[in-house]
Amino acid sequence: MKVRAQVGMVLNLDKCIGCHTCSVTCKNVWTNREGVEYAWFNNVETKPGIGYPKDWENQKKWNGGWIRKRNGKIIPKMGAKWRILAKIFANPDLPEIDDYYEPFDYDYEHLQGAPETAKMPTARPKSAITGERIEKIEWGPNWEEILGGEFSKRSKDYNFEGIEKEIYGEFENTFMMYLPRLCEHCLNPTCVAACPSGAIYKREDDGIVLIDQEKCRGWRMCVSGCPYKKIYFNWSSGKSEKCIFCYPRIEAGEPTVCSETCVGRIRYLGVILYDADKIEEAASTEDEKDLYEKQLEVFLDPHDPKVIEQARKDGVPEDWLKAAKASPIYKMAIDWKVAFPLHPEYRTLPMVWYIPPLSPIQSAAEAGKIGWDGDLPDVRSMRIPVRYLSNLLTAGKDEPIVTALERMLAMRSYMRSKSVDGVINDTIAEKVGLTNELIEDMYKIMAIANYEDRFVIPTTHREVSEDAYDVRGSCGFSFGNGCSGGSDGTDLFGGSRKKAVETPTDIFKEMGS
Amino acid sequence: MSGFFNTLFFGIYPYIALSVLIVGTIIRYDREPYSWRAGSSQLLRRKQLVWGSVLFHVGVLIIFFGHLVGLLTPIVLFDFIGISHGAKQVLAVVVGGLAGLLAIVGAGMLIHRRLYDARVRAASSSMDTFIICLLGFQLLLGLGTIPVSLMHLNGEEMVKFMSWAQGIFTFNGAAANYVVGASWIFKLHLFVGLTILLIFPFTRLVHMLSAPVRYLWRPGYQVVRERNSTNSRKPAE
Repeated sequence: MKVRAQVGMVLNLDKCIGCHTCSVTCKNVWTNREGVEYAWFNNVETKPGIGYPKDWENQKKWNGGWIRKRNGKIIPKMGAKWRILAKIFANPDLPEIDDYYEPFDYDYEHLQGAPETAKMPTARPKSAITGERIEKIEWGPNWEEILGGEFSKRSKDYNFEGIEKEIYGEFENTFMMYLPRLCEHCLNPTCVAACPSGAIYKREDDGIVLIDQEKCRGWRMCVSGCPYKKIYFNWSSGKSEKCIFCYPRIEAGEPTVCSETCVGRIRYLGVILYDADKIEEAASTEDEKDLYEKQLEVFLDPHDPKVIEQARKDGVPEDWLKAAKASPIYKMAIDWKVAFPLHPEYRTLPMVWYIPPLSPIQSAAEAGKIGWDGDLPDVRSMRIPVRYLSNLLTAGKDEPIVTALERMLAMRSYMRSKSVDGVINDTIAEKVGLTNELIEDMYKIMAIANYEDRFVIPTTHREVSEDAYDVRGSCGFSFGNGCSGGSDGTDLFGGSRKKAVETPTDIFKEMGS
Repeated sequence: MSGFFNTLFFGIYPYIALSVLIVGTIIRYDREPYSWRAGSSQLLRRKQLVWGSVLFHVGVLIIFFGHLVGLLTPIVLFDFIGISHGAKQVLAVVVGGLAGLLAIVGAGMLIHRRLYDARVRAASSSMDTFIICLLGFQLLLGLGTIPVSLMHLNGEEMVKFMSWAQGIFTFNGAAANYVVGASWIFKLHLFVGLTILLIFPFTRLVHMLSAPVRYLWRPGYQVVRERNSTNSRKPAE
């Protein structure tokens, strides 16, 4: 047993309202730079839909994630190491920018500078790459918002596998849900495995997967390796970039920007202890439907004295052990089993988990359209097909999803009878394999979701690993070249040097000339 | 006067070019690691890149190692093994010619794409455009030397260049004299070649020094970094 700790995330899709605050705050902080205009470290997709980039879940096309060979070993779906190196001159598995969308801006300046004309001037779109006019915007971020576009296109969604999808194109039967997506900070990341330079690494302290910008050579194999397509190639710097899990904030004990700003309070952050020695075995599980349960076995019980003893030996700090016991992630993933990994069949053992959405069932059930099973509506006859959710979250295994949905319904039913009728209904908890105490705790964490219950994040112990005397007067979080030159971007060695700060004098001079 | 220029271009210029190559590369690697990358434009436009890039790189790699081995292997070694100068030249012309054709077709596609595709053009620095054009020109010159070589099938011209190159690396002050009577096209090819070495540290060509062959021997698949471990201080490729 080798104990490591990771700050994991759970997103309660039941409460996601699709407001995109997470995406926008993330973009403003991390990707509002040249070269990554098209990149969203966090994006929210409306499902069913082909998503962003287009058709990302189709690994027959993109070859992301891992495959299990006949001898039981796993290798990246892109191929063994020599096969990946052979793709270095031209990578057949790399999306083109149009698979995301061509980034654009609007010519707002024209609104101010247009001469007097018969018609109102308009701000026309122009490409953020070439600066040229775009006649028609064909695709953009979140193009399928609230079921935008034809069903025939959206229904190419991979999660319809094994479902008679035609009826869901009819207005009466249609369904939708939101899926916010970010880097999964996997236990078995394919991006790390596929990086020929060894520039991508997983941090031992907190499990965050990062790209060393000084070591990245832009071979772009990680973009293909990641089955979630959450690594983006910066076309300006020639390096790959990805969600950094807001590590400067996490290190300080603060939630990521996307979590902090989530108005629906759907995001949870907490410590998970895992056994690093079990990763390979779990990722190599024969039947992909067992991958979800196998990943659960990799997680360790923070209350188990043996685990605590070994964790101390492996250098996990005391306050991290304490945080692991109070982790909302552990409760939702292991105690209540209501959270699931996204597409476990990619064998990456992702660490951003999702609680399947429930609301559509409940409203339909109340309208008396579907059958009731005692106190609880029958989740199998709900609006979002169970199979759709299981394709998304458990590699097509329905039972764990059904149990989770029933438990969430039970929580509602129990709390309704408690707070509306004033009656404690003991049979409900029993029926779904929980206790009244667990249900009350679920209610506190999942429904009330106070800030301090959602985010249980211990700080990083830099004081033991870093000599503060060495880092005094250093340049802190700079981009790229360390403290070199004080200029951003490249200059003599590649690109155009841009003047970052203009003085009023500069601007008046320009206007005068 | 022609003797002066001959010495300047083929006796002194090589040392200037090699010095800038070595010192410039070290400074860039040390000071500007963020600028050290392959600079792929595949994301912006796939068209013409897949064939262009593969043909160009395969061709250029064969030519590069051909020149390296062909020019710098001591002549006595060939005599010892028993490969005649004529036979070596025929080998060089055939292999180099074929690889040159691959590379020039690839370079043509890449140059066309870089100049005429709006996205690729917008994302290119002037150095990116200059270096691919210069490489294309150098490939043309290289192919242009083949007819001249065919007029000297005994390999005597080739031996001149081997002596020159080896003279440069062994600090033979009179190395330039070896090429004094060579054809102008060879001389221009040498000059452009030395110029490519000179500007190498200022171009994207530095990515060749990071060719990630070590990946093949990297144990396992996962990379985990501990805070403050020696592992994280390992130099980049």
